[in-house]
Amino acid sequence: MNRKNLRIAAPAAMLALALGLSACGAGNEDSEGASPASGETVSGTLNGAGATSQEAAIAAWKKGFQTANPDVTVNYDPSGSGGGREQFIAGGVTFAGSDSYLDDDEVAAAAEKCGSDIVQVPVYVSPIAVIYNLDGVDELNLSANTIGQIFEGKITKWNDAAIVADNPDADLPDSDITPVHRSDDSGTTKNFTDYLDQASEGGWTGGVVETWPVKGGEGANGTSGLVAAVKGGSGSIGYADESQAGELGKVHVKVGEEYTEPTPEAAAKVLDTAAPVEGRAATDLAVDIDRKTTEAGVYPIVLVSYQIACQTYEDAATADLVKAWLTYVAGSEGQEAAASTAGSAALSDAFSEKVLAAIETIKAA
Amino acid sequence: MTTTLSSRNRDSGPVDIHEELYGAQLPSWAAKAVIGAGVLIGLALYLLGVNLVLAALVVFVVSLALPAWSVAVEGRRKATDRLVTVLVTSSFVLAMFPLVSILYTVISNGARVLSAEFFTYSMRNVVGEGGGIYHATIGTLLITGGAAVISIPIGLFAAIYLVEYADGNRLSRWIRFLVDVMTGIPSIVAGLFAYALFVLFFGEGVRLGVGGSVALAVLMIPVVVRSTEEMLKLVPNELREASYALGVPKWRTVAKVVLPTALAGIVTGITLAVARVIGETAPLLIIAGMTDSVNFNLFDGRMATLPVFTYSSVRSPGIPPEFSIDRAWGAALTLLVIVMLLNLVARLVSYFFSPKGER
Amino acid sequence: MTSTLEPSRKGSAVVRPGDRIFAGLSTGAGLAILVVLAGVAAFLTIEGIPGITASPDEVKSGKAFLPFVWPLVYGTLLAAVIALLIAVPVAIGVALFISHYSPRRLGQLLGYLVDLLAAVPSVVYGLWGIQFLAPNMAPAYKWLEDNLGFIPFFAGPAASGGRTILTVSIVLAVMILPIMTAICREIFLQTPRLHEEAALALGATRWEMARLAIFPYARSGIVSAAMLGLGRALGETLAVAMVLSVGVGSTVTANLISNDNPNTIAANIALIFPEASGLTVNALIASGLVLFVITFLVNFAARAIVDRRKEFSGAN
Repeated sequence: MNRKNLRIAAPAAMLALALGLSACGAGNEDSEGASPASGETVSGTLNGAGATSQEAAIAAWKKGFQTANPDVTVNYDPSGSGGGREQFIAGGVTFAGSDSYLDDDEVAAAAEKCGSDIVQVPVYVSPIAVIYNLDGVDELNLSANTIGQIFEGKITKWNDAAIVADNPDADLPDSDITPVHRSDDSGTTKNFTDYLDQASEGGWTGGVVETWPVKGGEGANGTSGLVAAVKGGSGSIGYADESQAGELGKVHVKVGEEYTEPTPEAAAKVLDTAAPVEGRAATDLAVDIDRKTTEAGVYPIVLVSYQIACQTYEDAATADLVKAWLTYVAGSEGQEAAASTAGSAALSDAFSEKVLAAIETIKAA
Repeated sequence: MTTTLSSRNRDSGPVDIHEELYGAQLPSWAAKAVIGAGVLIGLALYLLGVNLVLAALVVFVVSLALPAWSVAVEGRRKATDRLVTVLVTSSFVLAMFPLVSILYTVISNGARVLSAEFFTYSMRNVVGEGGGIYHATIGTLLITGGAAVISIPIGLFAAIYLVEYADGNRLSRWIRFLVDVMTGIPSIVAGLFAYALFVLFFGEGVRLGVGGSVALAVLMIPVVVRSTEEMLKLVPNELREASYALGVPKWRTVAKVVLPTALAGIVTGITLAVARVIGETAPLLIIAGMTDSVNFNLFDGRMATLPVFTYSSVRSPGIPPEFSIDRAWGAALTLLVIVMLLNLVARLVSYFFSPKGER
Repeated sequence: MTSTLEPSRKGSAVVRPGDRIFAGLSTGAGLAILVVLAGVAAFLTIEGIPGITASPDEVKSGKAFLPFVWPLVYGTLLAAVIALLIAVPVAIGVALFISHYSPRRLGQLLGYLVDLLAAVPSVVYGLWGIQFLAPNMAPAYKWLEDNLGFIPFFAGPAASGGRTILTVSIVLAVMILPIMTAICREIFLQTPRLHEEAALALGATRWEMARLAIFPYARSGIVSAAMLGLGRALGETLAVAMVLSVGVGSTVTANLISNDNPNTIAANIALIFPEASGLTVNALIASGLVLFVITFLVNFAARAIVDRRKEFSGAN
C-alpha cells in the first residue's frame, strides 16, 4: 500500500515542482520598465537567423531595442550566414544576418519571396586582426605579401628575410611558424582570403574561399577556438576578430607606406572607400571592399556583415517592427552599443545616413 | 592449477600449519608496502619537478613489483591475481585522472558565478555582467522531460516485448538490430530529422521546444531499450516460472515480478539515458534554437537550453569575454548538479521500490 | 529467452484482457521504434541522394561524393576505434573495481561520480581538450616523434599545439567511459552471487572468479556497452570539431600526431553545415547516411559475435 502511494506521489511531486517553477518568471523579466523611452513603441516577436559574427552585437542590440520596446522579443539563431540566407529566402525568418551579400540569384529568389525589392544593409563592420604568439616580440609589422606567404607555408621561420625586412628592430627568433586557420567555413576566412587575394601581389594563391584551402598549419573551430589555439601554441599566427584577440599580439599591416594597427576607427573608413555592387536596387547597399587601398589610416582586413529584410511585408505590424529594429541597429545608438560590447566599428555618419534612407522605405504591402 | 599443498615443507623442521593449508603467502603488509613505496617515490619525483604523467607511470611500474614478488613466493595463480588487481586498480586511477580533472575544471570555474541572481534571472536585456540561466534551466528541464515522456514508455515496452513476448522471432531480431543501429545516429542527424519532421507541419524556420524533445527522444530510446533489455534478461527464469506456477497471468508477472526485480538496473539505465541526452548541444541548436527570454511552452517558439547556452556563450562572448565565459561554466555546472539530483532520485527510487534481496 | 514455460498458451481458454493489452503495448512500442528508424532512414536517404549524385562543381568541396566522403569515413573510424581500444579495457577495469574490488560504500560513491560525468556537455569536453589535454600531450607527441618516428603512426611532424587525432581519441575515450562503465558495472553487479561464491569455494582466486563467473555472464552486456560507446564516439560532433586540427582536403594518413588530421563525418557536418547551402547540404546529409550505414555494419558484426557465443552466456 505504502509503495503504491509513493509510486503515485513521486511523479505528482515532480509535476508540482515543475508547475511551481513555471508559476514564476525570471527575476529580471517581470520588473521590466513600463515606461518606454520614446512615445511610439512596437510589439511582437521578431525572428532572425544567420551569421555567427553578429551574435555578440545582436545581444547588445536586443538589449537596447527590447528596453525601448518592452513588448518586443527579438530572437536570432546564429546558424551561420548560409543558413540565414537560405532561411530568409525560404521565408523561415523575418530578417537574416550574413557575412557576404546575396548574390544575384539569391536576390532574385528573395525578391520573389518578398514580393518586392530587398533591403540589404551593412550594419556590422569588424576589423580582423592577424594575431600572433611569439615570446619577446611585442610589435610586428607585416606586408600583405608576407602574410600571404606565411599562411601558404612558403615562409616557415620567424627570422625569414621577408619578415626581418618589415621589422628591422625586432629580435626575431629562429623558430618555426605555425599558421592557424579556421577549420569551419566562415565569413572571417572569406574576408581574410579576399584581402590576401587582392593585396598580396602573388604571395597568396589560394583564392577567395570560405573553406581554408592550404595544407599544413593547424585548424581550429570558431573564433574562440582559433584564439585558444594561437594562445596555446608557440610561434603561432592566426586571424580573428580584433575584439576577441585579448592580450595576443596584433600585426600592424602595411597599407601604402605605413603600418596600420587594427582598430575600429581604421576599419570603419573601409566602407567609405568601398564600391557599391552594380545592378542592385536602391535599397540594396551591398559593397565590394577595396582591399588594395593605399590610403593612410585605413585598415583593409575587415569583416562586413549585412542584415537583410524585405522592403514590403504583408502586415503592417511586422513591417513596423522590422523597420524599427533596423533603424535602431543602423542608427548611432545601436552602432555605439555594438561598438562597446562587440568591438565592432560604428558606421560613419555619411554611410549611416544612406543605410537609414534605405530602411525608411520598408512598409506594409 | 597445480596444488600448492605440496611436500615442499615435509622434511624441513616444524610444519607451519597455516602455510601447509594455504601455501606460501606474502606477508599481509606486502601490498600496502609496495604500493606505498610506489606512491612515495612517485610523489617525491613529482615534487622534484617530474611530469605528473611520468610520476604516475613510475608508481605503476613500482606496483608491478608486487606480482613479481608474488610469482617468486606464491606461484603463478596468485601472482596473476595480484597482477590483475594492480591492473584493475590502476585502470581505475587512470580513469579518475581525466574525470576528476574535468569535474574540477567545471566546479572551480562554475562555482564562482553561482548566485541567487544567476538562477533566477534570464539573459533578456543583459549584456556584459549579470544575467542568469533561469530561462535555459527551464528549457532544459522541459525539453528533456518531454524527451523522457516520449522515450521511456516506448523504450520500456519495446524492451519488454523483446525479452518477454518476442520469443526470438524475426521481428524481435530486427528490432534489436535496429535499436543497435539507432545508437549510432549522430546527434546532429537526429536534430536534422526532427527539424525536417516539424517543417512538414509548421513550415520553414520552425523552432519548437517539443522538436528538441523529439530529437532527444530519438537519441534516448536506444539507450533505454538496450539497458532495460539487458536488465530484464538478467532476471532469473525461476522467478517467472514460480509466478506462472502460482497462476499469475503473464502481464502481471512482468509488471509485478520481472520489472521490480530489474528496477534498480532499469532506473540506472534511464538515468544514464537522460544524462546522455541532457548535455546534447548540436540537435537543440538546430530545432529548439536560442532565446534570451523564459519560455514555458514547449509547443510555441524557441527555448533556450543549458548546453546551447553554454555553447553560444563560449562562441560569441562579446567584450569583455570574461562574464560570458563565466556564465558558460556556471551553466555547465548547473547541468551537472541537475544530473546529480536526478541520479539521487534514481537511487532513492531503486532503494525504495526494489525488492529487498541479497544485495 | 526461449525455454520459458508459458502459462496456458493453449489448453485453458482464458485469455485475459490485461495480457492482450500488455502484449499489444509492447509490440506497439517495438513497432514504433521501427517507424522512427524508418523515418530517420527515409529522411537521410531522400535528402541525401541529390548530394550523392551531385557533380563535383555543384558542391563546395569540389569533389565527387566518394572522394569527398572516404577521408571522412577513414577519420571517423580511426578516431572511434582508437577511442574504443582505450576505453573498453579501462571501462571494464573501472567497473570491476567498483563492483568487486573496492569496499562497497566507496564503490557506490565512485559509481555515482562516474555517472555524473555522462552528463557533462560535449562543449565542456571540448574546452577541456583544448585547454588542458592538448597542451599537455604536445610534449609527449614531440617525444614520440623523436624516439618512435620510424613507426608510421608517429611519423610527425608533431603538432606543436597537440590537437591531433590521438588527442581527439583520448577525449572521446573519456567521453564514452562513463556510460560504458555504468553499464558494465550494473551487469557485473547482477552476476548471481551463488556463481561467484561457488567459484571462490572451489579455490579460485578473485581473478579466476571474475573470469569464470562474471565475464561469461556479462559478455553480451559488455558488447552492448561497447556498442553504445562506439555509437557515441562515431557520432560525437562538437567535442571533435572543437579539438581536432583538421587537415585540408582529403587527408588519409596513419600519422596520429601531426596537425594534418582526417576529419570525422559528424564534426565535418558541424563545421560545414552552418555556411552551407544547396547541394552541399545534401552532400553533408548523405555523409550522415554513410555514418548511419557504418553503424549498421559495425552492429551487425557485433551481433554476430554475441550470437555465436550465446550458448556460453549465463543469462537466461
